[in-house]
Amino acid sequence: MSETLKSRQEPVIRIHTLSKKYREAEDYSVDGLTLAIPRGEIFGLLGPNGAGKTTLISMLCGLIRPTSGDFTINGWSYHSEGKKIRENIGVVPQEYALYPSLSARENLTYFGSMYGMKGNALEIKVDEHLEHLGLLKHADKKIETYSGGMKRRVNLIAGLLHSPMVLFLDEPTVGVDIQSKNVIIDFLKAYNRQGATLIYTSHHLIEAQEFCTRVAILDHGQVLTEGTPHELIKGVAHARSLEDVFLSMVGKELRDYA
Amino acid sequence: MHKVWASVKKESLLLLRDAGALIILFVMPLALIITVTLIQQGSFKTLSNAKIPVVLIDNDHGAVSRGIRENLENSGSFEIVSEKEGKPLTEEQARDEVFKGRYPMAVIVPKNLSADLNQKVQVNVDKILKDVGIGNDSLAAFREVEPKEIRLYFDPATQLAFKSAVKNSIDKMVSELEVQSVYSLFQEQLSDSVAILSQKSFLHFQEIMPVDGSREVIPNATQHNVPAWTLFAIFFIVIPLSINLVKEKGQGTLVRLRTLPMPYGVVIMGKTLTFLVICMVQFYLMVAVGVYLFPLLGLEPLQAGGKLMLMSVVALCSGFAAIGFGILLGTVSQTQEQSAPFGATSVVILAAIGGVWVPVFAMPSFMQFVSGLSPMNWGLNAFYDVILRNSDLGAILPRLVLLLVFFALMVGIAILYDEKKRAV
Repeated sequence: MSETLKSRQEPVIRIHTLSKKYREAEDYSVDGLTLAIPRGEIFGLLGPNGAGKTTLISMLCGLIRPTSGDFTINGWSYHSEGKKIRENIGVVPQEYALYPSLSARENLTYFGSMYGMKGNALEIKVDEHLEHLGLLKHADKKIETYSGGMKRRVNLIAGLLHSPMVLFLDEPTVGVDIQSKNVIIDFLKAYNRQGATLIYTSHHLIEAQEFCTRVAILDHGQVLTEGTPHELIKGVAHARSLEDVFLSMVGKELRDYA
Repeated sequence: MHKVWASVKKESLLLLRDAGALIILFVMPLALIITVTLIQQGSFKTLSNAKIPVVLIDNDHGAVSRGIRENLENSGSFEIVSEKEGKPLTEEQARDEVFKGRYPMAVIVPKNLSADLNQKVQVNVDKILKDVGIGNDSLAAFREVEPKEIRLYFDPATQLAFKSAVKNSIDKMVSELEVQSVYSLFQEQLSDSVAILSQKSFLHFQEIMPVDGSREVIPNATQHNVPAWTLFAIFFIVIPLSINLVKEKGQGTLVRLRTLPMPYGVVIMGKTLTFLVICMVQFYLMVAVGVYLFPLLGLEPLQAGGKLMLMSVVALCSGFAAIGFGILLGTVSQTQEQSAPFGATSVVILAAIGGVWVPVFAMPSFMQFVSGLSPMNWGLNAFYDVILRNSDLGAILPRLVLLLVFFALMVGIAILYDEKKRAV
């Protein structure tokens, strides 16, 4: 195995017995979870509502603090090197997370500046991404005039403008038409080919099966299984898709959380 | 610094594209200051230009009631009404008219007031003269007179301050008439043996105004209103600022901001600098209105000459305090429904306890203590120190420090709260 391949397969994220219990909750949302996510993967975190996906991603992004346990990203501990982690991750939240009265260019210039980007380099990067996602001609229109699909694409650019090594994507294609979805997926695959690791959550299991190189199915704050979609399908009797695997693991009962 | 500047630019764009916020920030304070000053100046003019109609029922028809009428007419503040539809008003009619709010007040002079007053004074003068051995024995011919009362009726909606001022001036007027009667009788009785007695008042009031250089600093409604309402407007920045922060939560942009490699302080600094610029623009607009527009409206102009620099420093520190409060409110509020009404109400409360409407010395002692805790009180007094008391920077420094400490305290609590929220 070459050195490059070795380093590529080395986990970029190591999560060790990570737990989170919200102050007023009875149960742990993430319960002693241990997981290693190899570098360069498109890693799907799948699970029913309340499985702990969002809580796990929120901890990895630094939005909330773990109750116990530890994790590292690229070897940096969240305890001591939080700033380095933040500089090297990107977040694409499910909400649009954009200023509606600003144009796409103004939004992206602002978020790029917050990552320390400036001047021509920032302008060129913004234009490049807008062009790749078919938004350049609308760059100076206010976000509030955009369709859902256009907002999703700007939301995506805002998360990876600074070329993060790890990109967290929370349902990046929810509520968009098929054309926008294909553009987004192709764009993300191209970004992954440049070496970035993508951490992806979705309830869309067909999309996850096609898009992800590895997936972990979570429930009750723990990892139930983990592997490539092909390995997981092979591992469950009569399963023909990731959806069959998912249902066999988490059951068919409703998961309503109030 | 690059990140702070980018934040300032973003905040400025957001504000410039929010017409509602711009109206709250610039148009409303100007409307407020012009309206309030016009009203207050108008009230002052009404009081001083004999415009208040007063019903006077003269049942005496003597020297005293004539004196009261003349004094009321000559005071320049009242217009005497004694008839309705060509017929003299009775006390009952006057009472009804006043209690129904058609007139603010009525003065009822009792029957035989002049004669009885004269008799009472005569008795007293005769007693004194007899005691000193220069009187005659006619004392027994006089009967003892009962005390008289001049009845006043006020419209129930009349403000206490107005009632109190009118009662005091009528009381003073009657006392003067009584004293004049005493002097006149003494004069009459002693005219053969002593020189003419002087009836001029011996004691006078002379208000000494503070002096700025060689010029007297004369307070007027403008000198009070411009700083008070400027401060009020500056503090109203709490509303758009807190809404701005709450919106970021709702839009999801706060989630993105929290994942950025920078402290929450950078976000706060960006907002602080932007809103400080707004505060200063508000302040200079208000001053410009006071200096240039007020005279065109027939109001006293604001005398800001030579004090603008110090006034700017006060406005800047007040702006910091208001922004600190807005940041804390926006950080702890979850919805605009929480932040907007709470922000508006709390600014009104801070203004009330700060002495914007009622002078602090006129408050109950407990409220005077509470007033000392209001940043609006610190700002208002600093403005008054500069404009009316002719103070220098050293004199207002303690108040400025308090305003800045308040800002630091509010922002500190907001940052701690934000940190705590992450550890939920």
